[in-house]
Amino acid sequence: MNGVHDLGGMHGFGPVRPETNEPVFHAAWEGRVLAMNRLMAGWKLWNIDSGRHSIERLPPPDYLGWTYYEKWLQALTNRSLAHGLITAEELASGHKAPDAPVATPPLTVGDIETIIAAKISYERAIPEKPRFAAGDAVRAKMINPEGHTRLPRYARGRFGTILRDHGAHVFPDVHAHAASEAPQTLYTVGFTAREFWGESAKDGDIVYLDLWESYLDAA
Amino acid sequence: MSSHDHDHHHDHDHGQDIPSATALRVKALESLLVEKGLVDAAALDAIVDAYETKVGPRNGARVVARAWSDPAYKARLLEDATAAISEIGFVGSERPHMIVVENTPDTHNLVVCTLCSCYPWPVLGLPPVWYKSTAYRSRAVIDPRGVLGEFGLTLDDGVAVRVWDSTAELRYLVLPERPAGTEHLDEDALADLVSRDSMIGVAKVSVP
Repeated sequence: MNGVHDLGGMHGFGPVRPETNEPVFHAAWEGRVLAMNRLMAGWKLWNIDSGRHSIERLPPPDYLGWTYYEKWLQALTNRSLAHGLITAEELASGHKAPDAPVATPPLTVGDIETIIAAKISYERAIPEKPRFAAGDAVRAKMINPEGHTRLPRYARGRFGTILRDHGAHVFPDVHAHAASEAPQTLYTVGFTAREFWGESAKDGDIVYLDLWESYLDAA
Repeated sequence: MSSHDHDHHHDHDHGQDIPSATALRVKALESLLVEKGLVDAAALDAIVDAYETKVGPRNGARVVARAWSDPAYKARLLEDATAAISEIGFVGSERPHMIVVENTPDTHNLVVCTLCSCYPWPVLGLPPVWYKSTAYRSRAVIDPRGVLGEFGLTLDDGVAVRVWDSTAELRYLVLPERPAGTEHLDEDALADLVSRDSMIGVAKVSVP
């Protein structure tokens, strides 16, 4: 979707402000939001891509105005409501509806090491051979899907060169909306900074993006 | 959300000025989820503890220090970072598909995620607020040298910048240049020098 999350190349957000001796969490509730997100994933009602898309679909003023963990909080609440894990009445009262069943958490303390140590891989085996090889000239497609995509606006329609392929990976544009993983070959593609930004960019600078095969045409 | 009631600086995305209403909201959601049996309360505590105490940039610093000390390891790291990082065997770390990119005297690498906040948690811990900020995400790709300047890093004119926008489930770690005058240091001492920011690409490693 052409959302406000797609920030690459925008102006007006001011300088970057590094913080000295930054704590892991700035308030205790941030850690609780992170932990709730990790554990609620155990219900397997959403995946990394649909979860990400739920954050992208927050109203634009909220997306830009809220902190990272505020966005996580709202998106987790929205997903929990949408999947019927909680109801609006329960959320308002802060308590379980009297007739609602008590579930058994899918993840407990015994799973923590597994959760933290999980070797998460989105690489999949597919029969198709990669269409492109290192050094091939490609052009990122001009697409404007209303759903989730990982092809940023600033790269669409631009010419680049394949750096390497990474095998087939789960395709977010499908996976965010369906149970299907639809894996396809993932490439790192290099674009000159001038291809993106024109003469103001420094000659010789390169911007690399990781792009799935169906985002690309031969050029 | 309650922060709308607040004079909120949009280029200053951190949580210090969150009104307690958000904390109360989180508490209410947490108690509801626990009451419904959707999450385990003790598991929540354990996850917070793990991210506060076990996962952090020290892991990445050990990878860098090993690469500086052992040319064969460095070669494996640049060839297949996922496998090479696994060799070090962190306790409690994730090992997603990793890519390591090397800074040299004429090439400087910088990592960003313009679309969200993808970051190599297993080797660097949770991302700093500035990495997730709209300012960094918007400008790292169009004005990397300006961004580096805000970190106090000015590159020589002959140095080429390589920006890596993490648009997929690959996670990038920068292998910074080993500073001069560190030939006598062992791996542990080298790891102590390696900052988080140098492994994102917004700083060089310096000797104090």
